[in-house]
Amino acid sequence: MTTESATTQGSSEAKFGETLLSVKGLRMYFPVTSGLFVQRKVADVRAVDGISFDVKKGETLGLVGESGCGKSTTGRAILQLHRPTEGTVNFDGTELTELKGAGLRRFRRRMQMIFQDPFSSLNPRMSVAQIISEPLAIHGLYKGAERRERLDYILNAVGLNPTYARRYPHEFSGGQRQRIGIGRALAVEPDFIVCDEPVSALDVSIQAQVINLLEDLQEQFDLTYLFIAHDLSVVKHISDRIAVMYLGHIVELAEAEELYLNPVHAYTRALLSAIPIPDPIVEQTRDRIILEGDVPSPLNPPKGCVFRTRCTKKDQCKCSDTVPVLEEIEPGHWVANCQCCMTK
Amino acid sequence: MARLLEVEDLQTYFFTDEGTVRAVDGVSWGIEAGETLALVGESGCGKSVTAMSILRLIPNPPGRIVGGSITFDGLDLLNVSDAEMRAIRGNRIAMIFQEPMTSLNPVLTIGQQIREAIELHLGMNEDEATQKAIELLELVGIPEAEQRIQDYPHQFSGGMRQRVMIAMALSCDPKLLIADEPTTALDVTIQAQILEIMANLCSELGTAVLVITHNLGVVARYADRVNVMYAGQIVEMGTAVDIFKNPQHAYTRGLMASVPRLDDTEHTRLATIEGQPPLLIQEINGCAFRPRCTKVSGCHCSTTKENNPKLVEVEPGHWVADCPCCMTAD
Ligand SMILES: Nc1ncnc2c1ncn2[C@@H]1O[C@H](COP(=O)(O)OP(=O)(O)OP(=O)(O)O)[C@@H](O)[C@H]1O
Ligand SMILES: Nc1ncnc2c1ncn2[C@@H]1O[C@H](COP(=O)(O)OP(=O)(O)O)[C@@H](O)[C@H]1O
Ligand code: SF4
Ligand code: SF4
Ligand SMILES: [Mg+2]
Ligand SMILES: [Mg+2]
Repeated sequence: MTTESATTQGSSEAKFGETLLSVKGLRMYFPVTSGLFVQRKVADVRAVDGISFDVKKGETLGLVGESGCGKSTTGRAILQLHRPTEGTVNFDGTELTELKGAGLRRFRRRMQMIFQDPFSSLNPRMSVAQIISEPLAIHGLYKGAERRERLDYILNAVGLNPTYARRYPHEFSGGQRQRIGIGRALAVEPDFIVCDEPVSALDVSIQAQVINLLEDLQEQFDLTYLFIAHDLSVVKHISDRIAVMYLGHIVELAEAEELYLNPVHAYTRALLSAIPIPDPIVEQTRDRIILEGDVPSPLNPPKGCVFRTRCTKKDQCKCSDTVPVLEEIEPGHWVANCQCCMTK
Repeated sequence: MARLLEVEDLQTYFFTDEGTVRAVDGVSWGIEAGETLALVGESGCGKSVTAMSILRLIPNPPGRIVGGSITFDGLDLLNVSDAEMRAIRGNRIAMIFQEPMTSLNPVLTIGQQIREAIELHLGMNEDEATQKAIELLELVGIPEAEQRIQDYPHQFSGGMRQRVMIAMALSCDPKLLIADEPTTALDVTIQAQILEIMANLCSELGTAVLVITHNLGVVARYADRVNVMYAGQIVEMGTAVDIFKNPQHAYTRGLMASVPRLDDTEHTRLATIEGQPPLLIQEINGCAFRPRCTKVSGCHCSTTKENNPKLVEVEPGHWVADCPCCMTAD
């Protein structure tokens, strides 16, 4: 057992409950180019369009929203896997957008990512031992015999039998593959993990196993999570606070329970009401807000409030051209400041 | 009175190089006219194979329906000719699958495809069929339907394509609609749109629905009755209220306890079912859930060598695999 590894894990400056990550005015635009000889930029995909939030040490911040609204891009831009178009990402006192090379690599170790698809996110030609050891080699951690010990330790921590170390991904079920992915992220002793739809591809009973595992590991290793998912029931279960995204913007952010009990933004309310509760008696009497139409393209988002095209109040709404910004309406409860949204 | 669909002791196997996959291994159930029945269970437990068996779309080789019978509206489906089956499919039995892009022809306009379905099954002329196609698109909530029928599938979003599939499926007023994970690939708010449209239209038309989904919330909202499958067999069936509020089989109980609910007020650790479902390539003797069951030590059924634990009716309409240990609460 490497007791040492357990103590070095979670070596951040920020103490439990203090701000570990602070994102301000984050924009991530992807250029769309065209042209036969010279590629000219013709437009921008505004994947993330000016979002700000903090994540506290030890907490789980959930990020929900529909496909294409910018959740994964947010996660990747925080980790500097995409370099943000604009805005700042401060991690434990250091501004990441200004880091390069070795400095950035040092921080990459402390910030890891777990992916949705346990089938395609693991290299099929690498054994479990290689998959989990690779990041240790990249960051020069645990050399020689210690690496072998670390591997066993990690496999145990994620609930895999260390005798599986020499097997390949195709020999495992979806849930086990997700454990391998978690083990790989965990191996380098991160402080912060972006979990990008980690249970979406799994069956209900396996999903529960992985959710419980993530909760146990968080406690054991002092981890901080950004938990991305489209299933609000899962997000609400695992998160302390939840940010709701729509078309590159955060429209509401609050504690999980508060968001469920007192949703304010028109989109949050529609999203909550769209989720059926696994109880036929509750569902018999539950009214729903059914939104019309589809999410507009981030290439050409609506002016002002991006939710306008689908909002049930759009006809009464006078919040025309100004983009609503987040406003704290109750301590810790932030909503895009749209007067029409706020009057029920 | 006989039910609209009656499946009896259905066995569908796949004969692969690795061995025989007993994908569906002796299931008996039925659907009443107009009701919505949900088929739930873990991936690979035989839900889609059940649906494909009813439609007689099991790829052969390697698959074959090796036993049992399927009776639909008085017809013995396993013994009608291929031509008759083609006429039933998409007409009296309609279907919707998960990925609408693969079910739509990319080189034909939306209008052409709907018209084709209507002309084929309802014998309308082109003008009538066009008019009907526009009506159908409006019914499923496609704006500016008159123009949009000239679009190709790739010009529609995933949600719109699935609405087109619903329009086509219901264009011939089917008696039974089979929907296999109809909204799994779609966003939550679009899922809600589509499922409401589907449920409303089916109840207007009196169409019975067999819906396959892993979303237990969807089951709770839309299903009248539920069949719970495990490893190619049905372990429990009953009304939605029976299954959600009074589950009897150890697997059903585990399944129900492992889903987080949006309306949970305090954080409790999720119940889990440890381990994984068995591979259907091995012959399963006795209770298939035994390796994962928490009651196994106290279970007297562990010596049962019988392949299919029979379902017993524990209250009217509520059937459970015959296991006294399952039925005693923890
Ligand atoms: N590398 C890229 N180049 C161009 N556009 C991109 C790129 N990555 C993402 N996008 C676009 O940015 C938008 C946001 O994408 P993102 O992957 O963040 O969505 P998401 O919220 O994670 O969605 P999902 O729920 O489907 O995973 C989408 O319109 C997407 O097509
Ligand atoms: N064409 C096929 N060849 C071999 N095995 C198959 C084929 N189609 C399905 N199976 C097997 O049948 C079992 C049930 O599959 P399926 O009904 O698709 O599951 P689900 O319940 O997820 O819909 C699985 O073990 C699957 O691997
Ligand atoms: S700003 Fe207006 S259009 Fe936008 S969500 Fe609020 S009420 Fe609806
Ligand atoms: S109690 Fe016995 S019969 Fe029932 S599920 Fe468990 S092992 Fe199977
Ligand atoms: Mg994503
Ligand atoms: Mg299936």
